[in-house]
Amino acid sequence: MDIINKRVWFYLLSLIIIIPGIVSLAIQPGLHLAVDFTGGSLWEIQFKQSVDVAQVRTIMTNHGYGDSIVQSSGTNSVIIRSKELQAGSETKTAIEQDLRAQFGEFTQPSFQSVGPTVGGEVAERAIWAVGMAALGILLYIWWAFRKVPKSFRYGTCAVIALLHDALLVLGVFSILGKLFNIEIDSLFVTALLTVIGFSVHDTIVVFDRIRENMGKEAGLPFETIVNHSILQTLGRSLNTSLTVILTLTALVLFGGVTIRIFALTLLIGIVSGTYSSIFNASALLVSWEVGELTAPFKKLFGSNSTTPKTVGN
Amino acid sequence: MQRNFRILIGIILVAVIAVYLDLPSNPGIPFVNREVKAYEGLDLQGGMQVMLEADMPNGQAVTSDQMDAAKDIIEERINGLGVSEPLIQRQGENRIIVELPGIKEPELAIKTFGQTGLLEFIDSATYIPEGTIIATSGYTPSSSQSGTDAKSTTTTANATTPTTGSATAAPTASGTATSAAAGTTTGAGSNTGTTTSTASPVYKTIMAGDKLKSAEVTFNQTTNQPEISFVLTDEGGKIFGSHTAANVGKYLAIVMDGKVISCPIIKTAIPDGKGVIEGKFTLAEAKSLVLQLKYGSLPVPLKVIENRTVGPTLGQDSVNKSLLAGIIGIAIVMIFMIVLYRIPGLLADIALLIYTVVVFALFKLIPVTLTVPGIAGFILSIGMAVDANILIFERTREELRAGKTLGAAIEAGFGRAWTSIRDSNISTIITCIILFWFGSNFGASIIKGFSLTLGIGVVISLFTAITVTRTFLRLLVSRSMAGKTHLFANIDQSS
Repeated sequence: MDIINKRVWFYLLSLIIIIPGIVSLAIQPGLHLAVDFTGGSLWEIQFKQSVDVAQVRTIMTNHGYGDSIVQSSGTNSVIIRSKELQAGSETKTAIEQDLRAQFGEFTQPSFQSVGPTVGGEVAERAIWAVGMAALGILLYIWWAFRKVPKSFRYGTCAVIALLHDALLVLGVFSILGKLFNIEIDSLFVTALLTVIGFSVHDTIVVFDRIRENMGKEAGLPFETIVNHSILQTLGRSLNTSLTVILTLTALVLFGGVTIRIFALTLLIGIVSGTYSSIFNASALLVSWEVGELTAPFKKLFGSNSTTPKTVGN
Repeated sequence: MQRNFRILIGIILVAVIAVYLDLPSNPGIPFVNREVKAYEGLDLQGGMQVMLEADMPNGQAVTSDQMDAAKDIIEERINGLGVSEPLIQRQGENRIIVELPGIKEPELAIKTFGQTGLLEFIDSATYIPEGTIIATSGYTPSSSQSGTDAKSTTTTANATTPTTGSATAAPTASGTATSAAAGTTTGAGSNTGTTTSTASPVYKTIMAGDKLKSAEVTFNQTTNQPEISFVLTDEGGKIFGSHTAANVGKYLAIVMDGKVISCPIIKTAIPDGKGVIEGKFTLAEAKSLVLQLKYGSLPVPLKVIENRTVGPTLGQDSVNKSLLAGIIGIAIVMIFMIVLYRIPGLLADIALLIYTVVVFALFKLIPVTLTVPGIAGFILSIGMAVDANILIFERTREELRAGKTLGAAIEAGFGRAWTSIRDSNISTIITCIILFWFGSNFGASIIKGFSLTLGIGVVISLFTAITVTRTFLRLLVSRSMAGKTHLFANIDQSS
């Protein structure tokens, strides 16, 4: 099986899977953000009887929160998403009084309220975190492979594969957000960072074998060495990912509702990570080595760069 | 050989200690006076997390000392609430994080520790109904509290440090001068549901809460309503005495953070510095007010910028489901290992069980607060813990195919696989460190919990995969299993 020779097909497959996600990200709103990022309040109320969300909305409007989104969720409970409503504030107490008067007693399984500045900060920190993780990993791989010629490439290709995984997860959740209203909160960022950390696992296993084979099979062309390395490590790459995928699938199927989306994010990311490690990361090394990456640019601009010589004629 | 046995005994010892620590009702560690139990995060046992920020008027900066003083006062008030294991921490320059696990009345709690708690005795010619927000010469209501935009807060002079004596204590000329100079209005149309007069005058503060020596909740003899009885300091007693003597017939409004809580008429002079605040309080409200008075008012007004409250039932349900999922996941992985790698797979499974009990014991020892994502992180790390073993076994298989003896193949397998294991796990550890930083920067202890469980899990898994499995295998090999390579995953070398 020659993976490296067919690498163009695998690049294509990656693009086909990622592009719908990118398109969805480009269409507003790219991602459905939870109150963690936008600021505002998320209020879950469990009543003892079924309630009409329109009436709840009216109560919210009466207190100046007309823009609230009220949805029913599960039996007898509603979720209200509004601009910031502070716990302990007069307004919230007054709203609760009206709700109690109209619908009877209720409990509040959860309530979150995030001020606008905090929301922006979380978003900023999240982006920083992803950037720092990618940089940290790149530097580490560069150092770990320092004795290999052109070691910088290993780190870079690993990071490109990892960004591919992150983009895929973001794309999937952009689509899920549009279809099922699934929101991105700070827990999603946690899952994303974990995916990034884990995506390199398999990649490093292959790179490690390439490093070893460079010594053993020194005479052979680079493509062949890389292909051998991939084939030799295929078994272990698949098995190591499989154990994690099995545990995550158990979490998605049997875990509580609070953990399901989290585990699903991890699952998608790790499956993608396995694919990109086997079919993309090493292929990129080869493409880089044989100059394929710059070839399209040379074709576009190559004739221009030689024109100055002939223009004068 | 001897060495392997000693390591085996060491491993068994560690495992036994771990199981002992894992048991829910263990009596703790002897000699060290500490309880060993699993600390549950807010999402598991229910509770509230609040982030407070200094709400300085006019863009003034707050000093670190003020924030420390505020934090201390908040801590004392919260201890008065009787919450077990609260967490109060400063964050950054002007923020405080408060976590109250298991709190029953979160909203009242926020009022108790989050409000400034400035008590004032106000001179008033007319009756002011309870609940009115007024402007006083000694206090500027913060923008968030009066519920209107910042533009419409009153602009009284030198009103930001009410506990210093000058503007508030004595009804001297300076007091009246400031109130005359100001005379602007509180905002109209606040949406807080309390009445605010559109052009309310600035009232004169006779005395503030710093002159209180003590306060407690008592019950009215006749009506059985909760009241607040207070005793003033000597200086306060003098001011109080002289004011009441000079103003019989006028009203003395008692104001907390700019809101009138009681407005009695002065019937006689009160020379002994004792008094009672009667108002329409519930017992809980009275207790809350006493807590706000007892430890002093906050030097800096604070506003809530983030708040998360979780009821307990949601958490318990999540724990049960997550544990079930975890057990199923681990069981599948263990079966997988045996099917694929046979005897070494079984040994890896035993190492995995040891890993699980050791890590959980560590969580209890350190302690690491368990949250729902934290449990997920733990389960994830169990799935990853076998990775190292798989890498080693695959490598060993290769070495066996290459013709090495069983013993040599195992050693080579461990040796060669180590670099891959080390490098791939370090990248996970890097992300855990970054996650920890991410979570600790805005008080998301849930994310911190996840990064800790995953990080600790990965580090320990390195230990168990290498040391434990290798010791098992070495011991097994030495017991003359040399020829039986078919037990080690489909290699038949004996032919």
